Amino acid sequence: MTSVSDVVTSVFLLAGASSCLWGAVGLVRFPDTPARLHAAAKPQSFGLLMILVGTALRVTPGQAAPLVLVALVQFVTAPVIAQVVGRAAHHGDAISKDNLVLDELRQPGERRPSDRQPVDRGPDAGRGDGPRSP
Amino acid sequence: MGVVFTIVLGLLAASALLVVVRLLRGPGALDRIVAVDVLVVLLVAGTAVQIAMTGRGGNIALLVAVALLAFVSSMTAARLAKEREL
Repeated sequence: MTSVSDVVTSVFLLAGASSCLWGAVGLVRFPDTPARLHAAAKPQSFGLLMILVGTALRVTPGQAAPLVLVALVQFVTAPVIAQVVGRAAHHGDAISKDNLVLDELRQPGERRPSDRQPVDRGPDAGRGDGPRSP
Repeated sequence: MGVVFTIVLGLLAASALLVVVRLLRGPGALDRIVAVDVLVVLLVAGTAVQIAMTGRGGNIALLVAVALLAFVSSMTAARLAKEREL
């Protein structure tokens, strides 16, 4: 006979493991480093929290306090890691910056391939064979 | 109850396998750093399931230490990858 506590623990453990699995699927399937940060931080943290809650129901309350600490550590450190990795990804060539709607890390003098600048071809431009030459 | 533990450990193992795919494939060092961090989180989850299976809290100190270690190492590796343009 399964007790209520067993059923509740099972629900929490299964929910946590499913969330971790979906996060891993997202980690494989997402196209870009910043998108993978979403999949690496949010479902994994939630899944770990669910598994820790399920575990805390099975041990004594005195031993459940460090599990709360582990969940707290995970929730505090996951956004920090995501932010640091996001900065590092933006710094290099990991993402194509033309796809960004708003780029807050753009430096004042930085140029993008999508910037339209008038090309100065010098005083001899327009002479010679061209599509519009007579 | 044992069936539930088997299913949960199987799901975590499948997640770890997918994350290893990203670890092998990921173009660039940052994707691999993120993959290793997720692997450590899955490790913590698996150890927590093992604690729930046996009901003895001998490995709880391991959870805290490994979680903190994952944070420090991921941050250091990400900053190193940024400075060295990996």
